[in-house]
Amino acid sequence: MDSADTAGAAPPPVRAEITLTVNGTGHRLGVDTRTSLLDVLREELGLTGSKKGCDHGQCGACTVLLDGRRVNACLALAVAHDGADVVTVEGLGGGDGGLSPVQEAFLECDAFQCGYCTPGQLCSATAVLGEAARGWPSAATPDVADEPRLDDAEIRERMSGNLCRCGAYVNIVAAVRGAAVRGAAVREAAGTEPGILP
Amino acid sequence: MRPLERIEGREKVTGRARYAVEYPVEGVAYAAAVQATVGRGEIVAVGTAAALALPGVLAVLSCENAPEVNAVDDGELALFQSRRVSYRGQFVAAVVAETLETAREAARLVRVDYVSEPPDVRLHPGHPGIYKPDRVNPVFPADTERGDPEGAFAASAVRVDATYTTPAEHNNPMEPHATLAVWDGDGGLTLYDSNQGPSLVRDTAAEIFGLGPDRVRIVSPHVGGGFGSKGTPRPNLVLAAMAARAAGRPVKFAQTRQQMYSATGYRTPTIQRVRLGADADGRLTAIVHEALEQSSTVREFAEQTTTPTRVMYQAPHRRTAHRLARLDVPTPSWMRAPGETPGMFALESAMDELAVAAGIDPIELRIRNEPDAAPESGLAFSSRNLVTCLRQGADRFGWAGRDPAPAARREGRKLIGMGVASATYPAYRLPNRATARAEVDGTFTVRIAAVDIGTGARTALTLIAAEALKAEPERVTVELGDSDLPRASVAGGSGGTAGWGTAVVRACEALLPMLEEDRRPVEASADTTAEIEAQEELARHAFGAQFAEVEVDVDTGEIRVPRMLGVFAVGRVINAVTARSQFIGGMTMGLGMALMEESVMDEEFGDYLTRDLAQYHLPACADVRDIDAFWVDEHDPHLNPMGSKGIGEIGIVGAAAAVANAVHHATGLRIRDLPITPARMLTAL
Repeated sequence: MDSADTAGAAPPPVRAEITLTVNGTGHRLGVDTRTSLLDVLREELGLTGSKKGCDHGQCGACTVLLDGRRVNACLALAVAHDGADVVTVEGLGGGDGGLSPVQEAFLECDAFQCGYCTPGQLCSATAVLGEAARGWPSAATPDVADEPRLDDAEIRERMSGNLCRCGAYVNIVAAVRGAAVRGAAVREAAGTEPGILP
Repeated sequence: MRPLERIEGREKVTGRARYAVEYPVEGVAYAAAVQATVGRGEIVAVGTAAALALPGVLAVLSCENAPEVNAVDDGELALFQSRRVSYRGQFVAAVVAETLETAREAARLVRVDYVSEPPDVRLHPGHPGIYKPDRVNPVFPADTERGDPEGAFAASAVRVDATYTTPAEHNNPMEPHATLAVWDGDGGLTLYDSNQGPSLVRDTAAEIFGLGPDRVRIVSPHVGGGFGSKGTPRPNLVLAAMAARAAGRPVKFAQTRQQMYSATGYRTPTIQRVRLGADADGRLTAIVHEALEQSSTVREFAEQTTTPTRVMYQAPHRRTAHRLARLDVPTPSWMRAPGETPGMFALESAMDELAVAAGIDPIELRIRNEPDAAPESGLAFSSRNLVTCLRQGADRFGWAGRDPAPAARREGRKLIGMGVASATYPAYRLPNRATARAEVDGTFTVRIAAVDIGTGARTALTLIAAEALKAEPERVTVELGDSDLPRASVAGGSGGTAGWGTAVVRACEALLPMLEEDRRPVEASADTTAEIEAQEELARHAFGAQFAEVEVDVDTGEIRVPRMLGVFAVGRVINAVTARSQFIGGMTMGLGMALMEESVMDEEFGDYLTRDLAQYHLPACADVRDIDAFWVDEHDPHLNPMGSKGIGEIGIVGAAAAVANAVHHATGLRIRDLPITPARMLTAL
C-alpha cells in the first residue's frame, strides 16, 4: 500500500533504447527503464494477448517464451533484455493463422473458461513439452536420472505456476497430455531432435 | 442438443480476445489509485505538489478537487465525494499520467494527512452493534420461524448443536477489475469495462455522471471472470471516467491485484450456529440455523446464509436467522453462490454430525428427511431430484464399500476417508429483451446485452437460438457484451441462461412466421417481463450431491483430495461441454474454500492482510487431481422454454462440507472452522 510517510522525491525517469524480436518481428524501442517486458508488449507493441493478472509473478497469466524459456513477463524489466527473442501467445501458432498442437488441444479439451489465464497457460504448456523432451526433471519426477515421463502428476507440477480461477485444471492437464502425445508423434515423424517448440 | 465447442475459443487461444483495458485508443493516459492508510478517520489535507511536479503527470484527483457526482445505492461508488475514510484501503486519491510507470510513481508521491480513529474491524458474537437486517440478499426475510424449534430441539432424542465459521474469501477473478474510459466530443461516455452486466453498469454510470442512459455505452465482449465481484460496477469505473474527464484523454485504469482485496467485494466471514434435533431414526424434528455476518459502514450487504436451510430438509419445528455487524471494513458482496456456499457448509457438516450421532449412513439420513414440498413456503417443487443425485453419486463413487467407522483406513502416514454433502441453488429467471434477425445470406443474428464471463453464455445462447430457429448453430451469430444491445439482466444468481435464453427463444419464435414472407433482412424482438411476472409460483431449485475422498497426513496435517465427484439435477443441460467445465470449476473453487482460501483481517490497523496470490492461496494445478461431474436426466416443464436450471454456482455449494466430512471420516476429527489448513489439522491431530 502506498504510504505518504515513505514518499520521497523521485529521480527523473531514465529511458533506454533496446531491440526486441517478438514473434519473429524485430522492434527498436525507447523504453522507460522501469517498464516491464509485459507492459512493453501490451502497451507499446499492442500485443495484449499476454495478460496482467497480478503484476507480481504469482499468477502466470503473463507467461511468455523469452529466448526459448518460459518467464513471467511482469517480472522481467524490458531494459534488461536488449536483443532478446520473445514468443507470445500471438506467435505460438506461427504466422499462417494455424494453431499449435497445444492450442488445438486446449480447444478440444475446453481447457479454459474466461480465457484470461489461457495465454500464460499455453506458453507455459508449450515450454513444459520442450523441457520434458529435453529431459529436465521436476519436483514430481521420481528419479531425476531417468527420462521424465509427462504423466498427470508431472503435468500438474509443471503447470502449477499458472493459476486458473475458473478451475479448468482438470481439462488443462488433459490438454497438455494430449499435446504431449501429439508433439511426440510429430517429432518422430519428422525425425527431429526436441526443440523449444513441440 | 449436440455439444458445441466454445465459440470464442479460437480468439481466446490465439490472444485475440480483447478484455477491458486492451482496446487500442488514441492518446490514452493511465490512472493509478491511492489507498487510505488509516482504518477510520477524516482526510485533513491532500498534498499533491510532489506528484504534480513529476513530468508526465496530468492530474491528481481527491476529495479536495474531484467533481461532484450523483450518489447511487452503492456508497463505494461515491469516489472522492467525502473526507471520511470508512476503511483502510479505500480509494482516497488518483493520479493520471502519460504512462503507467509515471502514474504509479506519482501515486506514491501523493501525501494524504488524516485524523485517525481506531477502527472496529473484528466480527465476534459479542459485538455491541449486532442487529437484524430488514431483509437479506436479495429480498429474503432475515428470519423465519415455524412451530416451537427450541422446545422441539430440547425434546429430541438425538441432537447436534455446533458452531461453524467460514472466513472472508476474495473472488479473485484472473482479470482485475478494469475500465478504459473514453469521453467523446459531445459529452457521451464509452466504457470498456470488465463486468457481469452491461445494461446495469450502463444505468449506474449514467446516474453517477448525470447522463441519459443513451449517452453511455458499456463494451464488454470478453470478461476475465467475475464470480459475483463484477456483478455491480466497482470504483475503477468511476475512477477511470473521472480521470478521463479531468485529463481530457481516454484513461485506462486496472485495479492492482493488491487493491482488489479492498475495492472489489468479498465473501463475508460467517459465524453460524446450527442445531438439529431428530428422533432415534434420524427424522428431523427441529432445525435452527443462525448466522452472524459483517458489512461495512458504507453499505449494508446482508448475505442470505441460511436460506438454503429453508428448502433442504423436512422438520416441523424450525427457525433461521441472520444478524449483521457493521464494521470499518471494505463492503462484502457476492461471491459464487453467496449464502448457499457458507450456509451449506454449516448445514451439511451438521447433517454429517447428526448421521454419526444417530448411527445412520449420511446418505440415508438425507433421504429420510426429504420433504414433500418446500419445507417453509409449502410451495410445490417444480422438480427435486436430490435423492437421485445422492444415489447415482454413491454408485459412481463407490460409497457402498465405505466402512462408516471413522479413522478406520490408514495407508502409511495417510488416513483416508470419504465424505458426502448435498448441494442446492435457486433457479432464478429475470426479465430480458432480445432481437432475432434473419439476414439476406440465410444466417441469423441474435442480439442481447448478456455477457460471457467464461460461463459459455455465448455458446449456450447460440445453441438455444439455433434450436428455436430450427437452424444449424453455425448459421447463428449471437452478439452480446454491449449495453447498446437489447437490455439484459446480470450474469448472476445462476440465472443468465434462463433469463437471457427465454428472451432469445421468444425473439426467435416471433421471427419464424415472418420468414414465410421471404423478405430479408427481417427482425423480431421480445420482452419477457410479462411472461416472467405471470409465471406460476413454485419452488424452483437445482440440487446436487458432492462426494470427496481425502488423505490426511498424520505427521504434517496436509490434506490431499484424490477424488471429488459431483452429481447434479439442473433441468436440461444446454451444452454438455461448457456445463461440465462450470461444475468442475465450481467444485475446484470449493476445494479452495475447504483447504486454503482465507482473507485475514488486520485487527489492529484494518483491511485484509492477505493482499496477493502468494498470501491468499487459491487452488493451483497440483492441488487438483480427479474432479468429475455428472448430471441426472431431469425434465422440468415449469422453468423456461429450454427447461434449464442455472449451473454456474451449484458446483461450489456443499463441496467444502463434503471435504470436511471426509476429513472427519478419515480422522474422527470434526473441523468446524474453514479453511482446514495443515496447521489447523495438525493442532486437531
